[in-house]
Amino acid sequence: MAASKLGRWVPLLVFAGLAVLLAAGVWLSRNPNREALPSPLIGKPAPAFELPVLHEPGRLATLEELKGAPFVLNVWGSWCVSCRAEHPVLTKFAESKRVRVIGYNWKDEHADAVRWLEEFGNPFWMVLVDYEGRYAIDWGIYGAPETYLVDAGGIIRWKHVGPLTDAVVAGELLPALAKVEAAAEAQR
Amino acid sequence: MLAEFGQVVLVLALLVAALQALLPIAGAQRGLAPWMAVARPAAYAQLVLVLGAFAILTAAFVGQDFSLRYVAENSNSLLPWYYRYTAVWGAHEGSLLLWALILALWTGAVARFSRRLPPQVVARVLGVMGLVSFGFLAFLIFTSNPFARLLPAAVEGHDLNPLLQDPGMIVHPPMLYLGYVGFSVPFAFAIAALLGGDVDARWLRWTRPWTNIAWAFLTAGIALGSWWAYYELGWGGWWFWDPVENASFMPWLAGTALLHSQAVSEKRGSFVGWTLLLAIAAFSLSLLGTFLVRSGVLTSVHAFAADPSRGLFILIFLGIVIGGSLLLYALRAPGFEGHDPETDDPRSRFAPMSRETLLLVNNLLLASACAMVLLGTLYPLLADALELGKISVGPPYFALLFTLLMAPLVLLVPFGPLTRWQREQASRPMALLLPWLGVALVLGIAAFVLAPRGQWKVAAGVAGAAWVAFGTLRFAWQRLRSPGGRMSAEMLGMILAHLGIAVFLVGALLVEGLGQQRELALAPGQQVELGKHAFRFDGVEERQGPNYVSGLGTVTVLRDDRAIATLHPEKRRYASGGQVMTEGAIDAGLARDLYVALGEDLGDGSWALRVYTRPFVRWIWLGAALMALGGLVTATDRRFRRDAAHREPRATA
Repeated sequence: MAASKLGRWVPLLVFAGLAVLLAAGVWLSRNPNREALPSPLIGKPAPAFELPVLHEPGRLATLEELKGAPFVLNVWGSWCVSCRAEHPVLTKFAESKRVRVIGYNWKDEHADAVRWLEEFGNPFWMVLVDYEGRYAIDWGIYGAPETYLVDAGGIIRWKHVGPLTDAVVAGELLPALAKVEAAAEAQR
Repeated sequence: MLAEFGQVVLVLALLVAALQALLPIAGAQRGLAPWMAVARPAAYAQLVLVLGAFAILTAAFVGQDFSLRYVAENSNSLLPWYYRYTAVWGAHEGSLLLWALILALWTGAVARFSRRLPPQVVARVLGVMGLVSFGFLAFLIFTSNPFARLLPAAVEGHDLNPLLQDPGMIVHPPMLYLGYVGFSVPFAFAIAALLGGDVDARWLRWTRPWTNIAWAFLTAGIALGSWWAYYELGWGGWWFWDPVENASFMPWLAGTALLHSQAVSEKRGSFVGWTLLLAIAAFSLSLLGTFLVRSGVLTSVHAFAADPSRGLFILIFLGIVIGGSLLLYALRAPGFEGHDPETDDPRSRFAPMSRETLLLVNNLLLASACAMVLLGTLYPLLADALELGKISVGPPYFALLFTLLMAPLVLLVPFGPLTRWQREQASRPMALLLPWLGVALVLGIAAFVLAPRGQWKVAAGVAGAAWVAFGTLRFAWQRLRSPGGRMSAEMLGMILAHLGIAVFLVGALLVEGLGQQRELALAPGQQVELGKHAFRFDGVEERQGPNYVSGLGTVTVLRDDRAIATLHPEKRRYASGGQVMTEGAIDAGLARDLYVALGEDLGDGSWALRVYTRPFVRWIWLGAALMALGGLVTATDRRFRRDAAHREPRATA
């Protein structure tokens, strides 16, 4: 009987655990800067890759092809709910046409990825496909969405973990991009 | 001016809710009749007030009062008149008001139909419902005021989210909320029983029809949502294991277990602990669902960051309601293990092979499925909190685990009604059902052999459906043939709902196993073959709708070179926000749907087109409709209406 009396507390304990988790969720969502983890790759050359292109079967794209002008690399997947949340922000940024936005479709299915882009719109200049996550480790990708800024020489200049917001674009990405552009201007 | 009046009415409703919560419960604890008597009039007054607030908000939408922020954000002068009514619950504030209104309706109904119950029980039940209502009204008024003004007033509104501009969306939320909120009745009853320290079979009998009706509405609401997703989202899918869908599915699973558990408690006096816990769980999960959907904690972290007070408020409210109920449960619940030595009711003893055991397994499987869905839904949050990165758990996790948990349940369903209470020879129901198990297996194997691209899903669907259907009909036949055998409404409802499972299984598994799809680019005049059908693309022309411009496609479906249907899939661009919506076109049939959706315009007149065949997909919703009907039929059983006080030979001491 004692065991059964203790058993009655189990639902309350389970709920307490749940409440802590939900409170953590509320807490995390109040603090948008939590994703500002420095990446060891910043200032280093971007890892080389050779990856298929989503909309062009048979074609393999490499880092060398992309060099020559800066680009933004956005890691996403159709399964990723936060990618859906950042999508309007990314689209708005891409529409400014200031820089090429490359999609990095990670751990996805081909049909799902194509469908997702069709449903929500395709902001990408080109979408690279890495279903097995072959190069993700080199790039230090540990979740989606993540966004990188790579300069014309192939050096990673900025990285953001988690969904982009208007504030992140205006306060971090655009200044970083301006610096990259200014440096390119000075070299010319 | 009217909006300010609406505000005042809401505040009055809040005060009445406070009265309704405090006085009757305190009165019941102290035995003060005048305090308890406040419950009914307060419930009616609250209904009138919340209905008034709702009517005022509706008037603001119909009259296009863009000086109200909520109206300006969710409607537009081009919006057709019928959507002006439904736009009221098109976003956060209005949905909450609808929630509060439905709660007030249920409370009013409880006040009206509870004359036979002891006054303490009525006072406690209405008091608990008043407490819930107080929480929701306070949330509305302090964080989500639908009557907030916009100064200066907007000249034109944004628009109602185009996804919601659809007939399915007119009825889906009210149905769903009727179900969610309906679970507040068994919940309030459970709390009243725990407060009073006395679970009586009469009161259990009284709540059963309420649970059944709430469950039927929830079933219908979920089915409508699934049907809407099928034809509106344009992907031919009917369930996506999306957090919002899961939020409605969890209370359904808990509610299904509750229905069965309540029946055992009422008839046999056992499982009282289970019934109380499941009643708390079903309503708590409804609240949690509202939290998850409304707070945006799961879907988009940053939409929520703008107003963390909402999330915090709901969290505190959840903590009080759910935490408080579970604390009460921990302190006062009777024994969990079926037989309760404290009441020592001989009826509640049962052998390992008995109907009670089967229903216990049913409870365990449904509760596990519910926990599995909860874990999967919250996993991204857990991963985020533990810094594991942003990870979502995909449909494969849910589909696999759900199938594993539900397969044994499907196997056991026919045994339930045929097995006796308390003690049963395992061989007896076995002997009755074995031939039908054979028939089901033969049909399953035949389906596997005959189906094109033979698949285990097809075989499992046919065999499972046949097993459940024949097993259920076997029970009905035995019942009708037995001397003096009558079919009560309760039994009829159970038979309908269990047949609904069979019909649902046909739909769910056959559409997965036999459905075909192609996605390709077609120029006008070209066609694509899919199974026995050919789809000819006849081009897209522009057409003007009330608040959108649409590209209206024409696709002719041919079978043996004869045209059998003309479909018009659409791509709509809404004027206000520039949002693009895909409207699939469907040629519906009982045996198959033909489904066409327009993709992207590829220039030079050719379009990306998606064509699907969806065999037996209608059976999914037909099955759900049967289940809902079963719930409603059960609720009409005469036994529930009979004056319990006069005939209570088995009342617990």
